Amino acid sequence: MLEPVNISIEALNLATLMPMLIAIGGGLVILVLDLAKENLHKSLYVMLTVLILLIDLGATTGLTYGANEKGFFDVMLIDGIAVMSQVLILVASMLFIPLALTSKRFHEYSYPEFFALFLFMIAGFQFMVSSDNLILIFIGLETASLSLYTLIALHNRSNSFEAAVKYFTMGALAAGFFTMGSAVLYGVSGSLELGQIAGAISERMNEPGIMILLLGGAGLLLTAFAFKLSLFPFHTWAPDVYEGASAPLAGYMSVVPKVAAFVVSMRIFEMFIELQIHWVQTMIIILAVITMTIANLMALVQEDVKRMLAYSSISHAGFVMVAIALATDKSNAAVFLYYALFMFTNLGAFAMLWVSRHKDRVHHARYDHPYEKFSGMIKIMPMGAIVMGLFMLSLAGVPPFSVFWGKIYLMSATVDAGYLWLAVVMGLNSAIAAYYYLKLIVFMFLKEPTAQVTQETTYYNVSKPLLTILGFAVLVTVASIFMVDPLLEYIHTMIAATNFGI
Amino acid sequence: MDSILSILIFFPALAGILGFVVDKHSAKAYGVAVAAIELILALWLWLKFDITNAGMQFTEKVDLISQFGISYNVGVDGISLFIVIMATFITLLGIILLRPDTKNMKNMIVSLLFLEMTMVGVFLSLDAIIFYLFWELSLVPMLYIIGAWGGPTRVYAAVKFFLYTFAGSLVMLVGLLAMAYLYHIATGTWSFNILDWYTLELTENQQFWLFLAFFMGFAIKVPMFPFHTWLPHAHGQAPTIGSVILAAVLLKMGTYGFVRFSLPILPDASVTFTPFIMTLALIMVIYTAMIAFAQKDMKQVIAYSSVSHMGIIMLGVFAMNAEGLGGSVFLMLSHGIVSGALFMLVGVIYERRGTKIMSEFGGLAAVMPIYATIFGVMLMASVGLPLTIGFVGEFLVLLGFYKVSALGTILAGTTIIIGSVYMLALFKKSFFGPLTNEKNKDLKDLDARELTALIPLVLIVVWLGVYPKPVLEPIDNSVKALLVQMENKAISAETKEAIVISKKEAK
Repeated sequence: MLEPVNISIEALNLATLMPMLIAIGGGLVILVLDLAKENLHKSLYVMLTVLILLIDLGATTGLTYGANEKGFFDVMLIDGIAVMSQVLILVASMLFIPLALTSKRFHEYSYPEFFALFLFMIAGFQFMVSSDNLILIFIGLETASLSLYTLIALHNRSNSFEAAVKYFTMGALAAGFFTMGSAVLYGVSGSLELGQIAGAISERMNEPGIMILLLGGAGLLLTAFAFKLSLFPFHTWAPDVYEGASAPLAGYMSVVPKVAAFVVSMRIFEMFIELQIHWVQTMIIILAVITMTIANLMALVQEDVKRMLAYSSISHAGFVMVAIALATDKSNAAVFLYYALFMFTNLGAFAMLWVSRHKDRVHHARYDHPYEKFSGMIKIMPMGAIVMGLFMLSLAGVPPFSVFWGKIYLMSATVDAGYLWLAVVMGLNSAIAAYYYLKLIVFMFLKEPTAQVTQETTYYNVSKPLLTILGFAVLVTVASIFMVDPLLEYIHTMIAATNFGI
Repeated sequence: MDSILSILIFFPALAGILGFVVDKHSAKAYGVAVAAIELILALWLWLKFDITNAGMQFTEKVDLISQFGISYNVGVDGISLFIVIMATFITLLGIILLRPDTKNMKNMIVSLLFLEMTMVGVFLSLDAIIFYLFWELSLVPMLYIIGAWGGPTRVYAAVKFFLYTFAGSLVMLVGLLAMAYLYHIATGTWSFNILDWYTLELTENQQFWLFLAFFMGFAIKVPMFPFHTWLPHAHGQAPTIGSVILAAVLLKMGTYGFVRFSLPILPDASVTFTPFIMTLALIMVIYTAMIAFAQKDMKQVIAYSSVSHMGIIMLGVFAMNAEGLGGSVFLMLSHGIVSGALFMLVGVIYERRGTKIMSEFGGLAAVMPIYATIFGVMLMASVGLPLTIGFVGEFLVLLGFYKVSALGTILAGTTIIIGSVYMLALFKKSFFGPLTNEKNKDLKDLDARELTALIPLVLIVVWLGVYPKPVLEPIDNSVKALLVQMENKAISAETKEAIVISKKEAK
């Protein structure tokens, strides 16, 4: 007969679960509210979501992260990067959700389910980043992804369904790779916890044939994350999905899921690199270099700004992937600095697309945001053109705008690790990338407006909340030089409070 | 006023932001006023400048990213002082020369003021990242100026200009980051302060690679042969004001970078690379002079002659002695004044006739005597006639270079001959001979606006040609200090010898 299991409530350390519980509870509250009274306006849900996220943020920052605290049957792990990435995710979400308050009505926002799903998704991401147990990571990943597919499908374009289904299929494939990779690691080590896996592998390192098993484990996991991070050759879904999703959601997808996936990659792959398994490092570097180069070349030939931005964010992900291969404290810090700054600029750029979004395709039969739409914008709405121009320069890495600081910090980390050639490749890739960002600037500043481009059509969807978010984005993009120092200090404290590869 | 350098850097930018509010009909007057105040500030800096002090003056330092050693750090010495004054001066005259009916005048003024901030910023920065920041930022307003007000293929020229320079400077950025890392290894702290870097000892191998990385950024900007192909396009398409500032100031950023970064930080590599650079510079001098001779377009002649003269500046920089280096810094100024003036003059005739092709002209001296006179003076200065500003720098450079290579000096000296050939050919074709083209019969001579912009340049050409001492002395002081510093830092005996010999002879 089985012994009854006695676990005290203190041993569960439920405080570690608080942030996710708040998000899930908030989602349920929204659903209940809808049951009680129908046809409430979306502004109520938006503000409620922002408030829930704020409480969530409070709970997250209140966590004790110094001691790599474990909780809930030891599947939760609260360390520096867990807290920091949750903060990043929550801030990005708070920037994103007010973009629902457009002046034109989009039907997805009139469903309260949209906001409930959104909160569940955040809970999923939060689980994903604050665990070192492969099963919980998987559950978090799937919760978040399934919610995200639905959010994409809710948009009012026929290619939104296509996008959601495509993303779902690719996601399912990635999930398969992830489980197989985990299974192999379980077979090798008899555990699903990364700390114990690392211990078991380092003991068995000298056994003949172990490398084949590890090749299976690490290779399959790398494939799974290559899907999620849209790395070559598993990046092909990204442009279609971004195109099908609404503009703010596409911007959101280029930041939050990637941050979460990068945190997990840090935990998994830097463990392999710590164990001196060099081919993992080589493989990641090759993937990173090919990803940024291919994505940059593809972005050059796009006719649609949104697709261009999709390829651009693939290339940025490839750029940041270099940090995972380096596996130093500085490169890990660079990932967070990069995304903390990139987040504002990129969300801002997608928000500018959202401002100009029409119900119908006015400018092009196939695309919502062709380059022609921005033709001669400086003559019609100078402020809009300047703001979009700032975002483009920032994405291109022109100093002193935000992305530049992430870029040099990461390139500096690369130089420190002795990969000078890689730093040069990264630099030259930034120069290629500058071309397609400039292309938009050329259209906005140096071309004559076409007949369809008027103040009416380009500011079609504008509203005060959108302008507020854009204001934040511009402020951070321009004044980032003053924010890098405190950010770096915070990031380095958090990285120091994290124990990689144990 | 201790923070005069910050005021010099940020005053134009602030004025540019406020300029958005100014009514478009008053925009030009606003621009002239702001640029004039900026020039007065720069002249005031000269007045307060201690010419006996060879080091950095008026330094300011504010930590920006202390974790990473980046700080806002500015200072001025004899080398940068006059380039800054020249930049503000040329900007003022360029704005004065703008046609009152330029379209989108307000945008033009705002871009020019931002450009002025970046130009002044580059020459005053003592922190490598802040230097890089202004360096890259200067591309943006220039892209807009060429792209919005240029000729038929302006967009292509503007984008080519941007990407070419951007690609080169990103390689330079890797060099800067590597430099900071080496400093970090040696001292344990992060610093991008150039003065800190001056004290760092590097092995020859490290210097070799760093020199190459810096070279990519600076050489494209100069532009050194074979990286010069973006420049003729940019000049061909740019509006007058764009060409003036590009030739007079932006190209100087490249040569200034060699003087400020490559020589003092990497003395051994600089000596190792000297034959390589000199070969490139000589090819550049002679080859582009010959191309200039083959041009039919007046502006292209001046564009190529400007590249050719940049080659002489490079020769002087790598002569590694006080005459050569001091001469090339002086030549940077005179090249700025003279090529700026020549581009202005071409702009004047282009405004009247809408063409720059020389065969369209002929006998202009008869209808536009004042114009022809000023053109003549600038042309003489350009070929380096004694008693003009061009002679002083060119003579010093050749003198300095003679100590390094007599053969090279003879080759470089031939450019003065080729230079006078193509310049005189240009002058003859356009200004002398019979007035054949009907359209040229009733061209008006220079009006008050054009004279206001051009007369000061003529005065300076003559003044500094006859009496260059007030400018040469501070330059000489700082250049000598730089050479001493290089010698102290050099690790190989050959380098020390190369620098010491020239120093002794300098005395």
